[in-house]
Amino acid sequence: MAARIHVGAGAATALSTFNSKKLVAPPSRTNLPARSSKRYIVAAAGSDGSKKSLLRVRHSQKLIANAAVATKAETSATTGTGHELLLFEALQEGLEEEMDRDPHVCVMGEDVGHYGGSYKVTKGLADKFGDLRVLDTPICENAFTGMGIGAAMTGLRPVIEGMNMGFLLLAFNQISNNCGMLHYTSGGQFTIPVVIRGPGGVGRQLGAEHSQRLESYFQSIPGIQMVACSTPYNAKGLMKAAIRSENPVILFEHVLLYNLKEKIPDEEYICNLEEAEMVRPGEHITILTYSRMRYHVMQAAKTLVNKGYDPEVIDIRSLKPFDLHTIGNSVKKTHRVLIVEECMRTGGIGASLTAAINENFHDYLDAPVMCLSSQDVPTPYAGTLEEWTVVQPAQIVTAVEQLCQ
Amino acid sequence: MATAFSATLPLHGSQENRLLLPPTRLAPPPPSSSFLGSTRSLPIRSLNHAHASRRSPVFAVQEVVKDKKKPTNSLLITKEEGLVLYEDMILGRSFEDMCAQMYYRGKMFGFVHLYNGQEAVSTGFIKLLTQSDSVVSTYRDHVHALSKGVSARAVMSELFGKVTGCCRGQGGSMHMFSKEHNVLGGFAFIGEGIPVATGAAFTSKYKREVLKQDCEDVTVAFFGDGTCNNGQFYECLNMAALYKLPIIFVVENNLWAIGMSHLRSTSDPEIWKKGPAFGMPGVHVDGMDVLKVREVAKEAVGRARRGEGPTLVECETYRFRGHSLADPDELRDAAEKAKYAARDPITALKKYLVENKLANEGELKSIEKKIDELVEEAVEFADASPQPGRSQLLENVFADPKGFGIGPDGRYRCEDPKFTEGTAQV
Repeated sequence: MAARIHVGAGAATALSTFNSKKLVAPPSRTNLPARSSKRYIVAAAGSDGSKKSLLRVRHSQKLIANAAVATKAETSATTGTGHELLLFEALQEGLEEEMDRDPHVCVMGEDVGHYGGSYKVTKGLADKFGDLRVLDTPICENAFTGMGIGAAMTGLRPVIEGMNMGFLLLAFNQISNNCGMLHYTSGGQFTIPVVIRGPGGVGRQLGAEHSQRLESYFQSIPGIQMVACSTPYNAKGLMKAAIRSENPVILFEHVLLYNLKEKIPDEEYICNLEEAEMVRPGEHITILTYSRMRYHVMQAAKTLVNKGYDPEVIDIRSLKPFDLHTIGNSVKKTHRVLIVEECMRTGGIGASLTAAINENFHDYLDAPVMCLSSQDVPTPYAGTLEEWTVVQPAQIVTAVEQLCQ
Repeated sequence: MATAFSATLPLHGSQENRLLLPPTRLAPPPPSSSFLGSTRSLPIRSLNHAHASRRSPVFAVQEVVKDKKKPTNSLLITKEEGLVLYEDMILGRSFEDMCAQMYYRGKMFGFVHLYNGQEAVSTGFIKLLTQSDSVVSTYRDHVHALSKGVSARAVMSELFGKVTGCCRGQGGSMHMFSKEHNVLGGFAFIGEGIPVATGAAFTSKYKREVLKQDCEDVTVAFFGDGTCNNGQFYECLNMAALYKLPIIFVVENNLWAIGMSHLRSTSDPEIWKKGPAFGMPGVHVDGMDVLKVREVAKEAVGRARRGEGPTLVECETYRFRGHSLADPDELRDAAEKAKYAARDPITALKKYLVENKLANEGELKSIEKKIDELVEEAVEFADASPQPGRSQLLENVFADPKGFGIGPDGRYRCEDPKFTEGTAQV
C-alpha cells in the first residue's frame, strides 16, 4: 500500500492550495512583510483513505552561521515534539522504518551488515533484520548492482549501497543498461524499484577518486530519477520516498554532511522526490544549489544580507528531473539566476540546469544564467588545492554582486 | 557437497559426459593436451583428443552401460516427453529459419542472432522448468523465450516491431521479456544478464528464508563462451556459490564469439573447470544431444531446488548460422561446420525416437507440419498487427511517470496531454 502523499506544487502556493490542519504562527522575517516563512501542508489521504500525515515543507529561514557544513538545530519543530539526530541517523531511521513496513525491502552492499556501513547508515540493521536482508556483498559492484536489479524485477525492493558513489562507476553497465532501461525494453512488464545510494562529493582530502560527483555521469540515463539530500529532514524523507517509488532512484549523499544535526518530526513523513526545497525566499536573485553547496550558499547569503542583498536560495534536491515549477516561479520573480554546484564545469548538473532555464525561462532573465562549478580538475589531495577546486562562499558573494549590478 | 552426475545413454556413439567433482575427490590431473593454447582451427578433433586424455574418475550414482545395446526398460524418456522435446526443437528451428527469411524480406531489422543448431540446450533445460522458474538469456534469445512458453506470435510480432510483440515492440530481437513466463531478458551486452539471473535466484532464497514462503523457483542463466572471459561471470559465480543460490549457469559453448575462436581468447578453454574454482560442480555435456543435456539439467535443477546451490554446466554446441544475420561467417572452417551439421540435435532425437519405437515417422511429420503452420500463422499475425503509435513513445520509460518531473506550469509532466500523445518534450 503506497500512501500517496501530495505536497503542494511550488512552495509559494502551498498555503492557499491546501487546508492546513495545524497552523502555527511562524516567526516573521524582518525584511519581508507578511510572508510566512513556514509552510504546512497536510497530505492527502493514502489511496485507501487510511492515513493522513502531516508534512512540512521545511526550509531554514535562519542563515546558517559559521562553518560551511555545520548547522544548528532547527527551531521549527513547532509542535514541540520531534527528535534531534544526525543526518546519517536520519537515513538509518528512514531505512529502518521502511524495512519494518515492508518485508521486501532489503539492503545490499559492501560492509553494510556486520560493519554497520562505512558511514554507519546501516548500523544495527543486520542485527535486527538478519544477514540476508542486510547483505554483506563481496567487492563486485557491477554484479551486486545487477543482482539487486534482478531481485527488484522478481519482487524485492533492494537498497543498493555504493560505499562511495565513485565505486558505482564499476556498476555503470548495470545502472545504465538494466536499471534505466529494462522497464522500457520489456514493454513495461518489469519494474525495478531499486534505490541506489551512497556518499559522494568532495570530502576532506580524500583524493581524486574518492571525491567524484557521479550525478553528472548518470544524469543522461533515461528511466532513472536522481535526488540529493542535504539535511537530516530531507535525508529521511527522500530515503523513504525513494524506497516507496516504483522507479529506480539514485540517492546522492555527501561525505561531509553525515554529521549534520537537526530536529526532525516524530510523525512519519516523506519528501516528494520531484520537488525542490525553498531554503530562503528572497527578491533579488535566485540561487540554485544542492547537497553540500547549499551550506556554502547559506554562508555566502549571510554576507550578502549584510551587504543589502536579498537572495532566494533553492535547494533543487531533485537532480533529475528538475522541478521547473519552483525554479521557474523563482526566476520569474527575481530575473537573475546563479547556480552553485559541486559538479565539474563540463557536463554537470549545473550545465543541464543552465540549459533548462535558458530554454524555458529566457524571457524572464535580466542577466545570463551564471553557473559556479568545480574546476575540471581531478580533485587534488593537498588541502589548499582541494579548496580551490570547489566553489567557496567568497566566490558566491562575488558572483551575486556581479549579477546584481 | 556435490552430487554425482550419472552418465547417460549417448545418442552419438562414444561421446562421454565430462564430469568434474570438487578437487578433493579427483585423481591427480593428467598431462595437458596439445590443443591448449594452440590456434588450430579444427577444435572438434582437439576436443575429442582432450576428452580422451583428460579422463577423470567419475563417481556415478548409477552406472549405465555405455555401449550401443540399450537395455529395454532404461530409456531416458517416455513417448510423451519425447514428442514434447521434438516439438520444441522443431519450433525453435522453424522459427529461426523463418526469422532469416523475414529479415531478408525486410520485415525485421537490426541485429538478429539465430539459434540454429543449439536447440538441444534450450529444450534440454527449459522443458524441465515450471512457469515460475526464471530464464535469463542473451541476445540469442528467441528460442529460449519460445521454449519457456512465450507464444510464437508474440515473439514474431516483437521482431517485426509491432505493438502485439511481447515487449510492445520496444525491445526487439535482443530483448525478449515475459512476465507471465518469467523470461527476464534478452540482453544486448554479454554478461549483463548474469547478475540479473543471480538476483532472481536471490529472490527465491529470500522468499524462502526471509518471507517464509514455499519457494522452489530456480533460475537458469544462458550465455556463451565469450561471456566466460567477462568479469561479471566470475563475480556471479562467486556470489552464487557463496550464498548458495538456486541458479544454474549454462554455458552454450559454440566455440565462436563472432569471429573470435574460443581457443584464441581463453587461457584455459575448459570452462566447466571454473565451477569448482568457486566451489560449485562444473559439468561438461554434449550440447548437441538433447537427452544428455536433459539428464544433466535434471540433476542441476534438482540440486538448486533442494537448496544445494549453483551448478556450472558447459554445453558443447554449435551454431549453424553466422553470429548474426549480418555476419558473413567467413572464418569458420567448412569441415568444422560439416562435422557439427552431422550432429544436428533434431536429426539425432528423431533417430532415437524412431529406433526406440517411441514414435513413428508419421507422428513426427505431423508435428513438423503443425509447427510450420504455427510459424506461418505467427508471421501473418505479426504482419497484420499495428505498429506502435506516437502515444507509446513515453509510456514505459518510468513505472511511475511522475519521474518525468514537474513542468513549469506546476503540473506533473505526465498529466500534460501532449505527454500521452507522445509529443511532449521531456
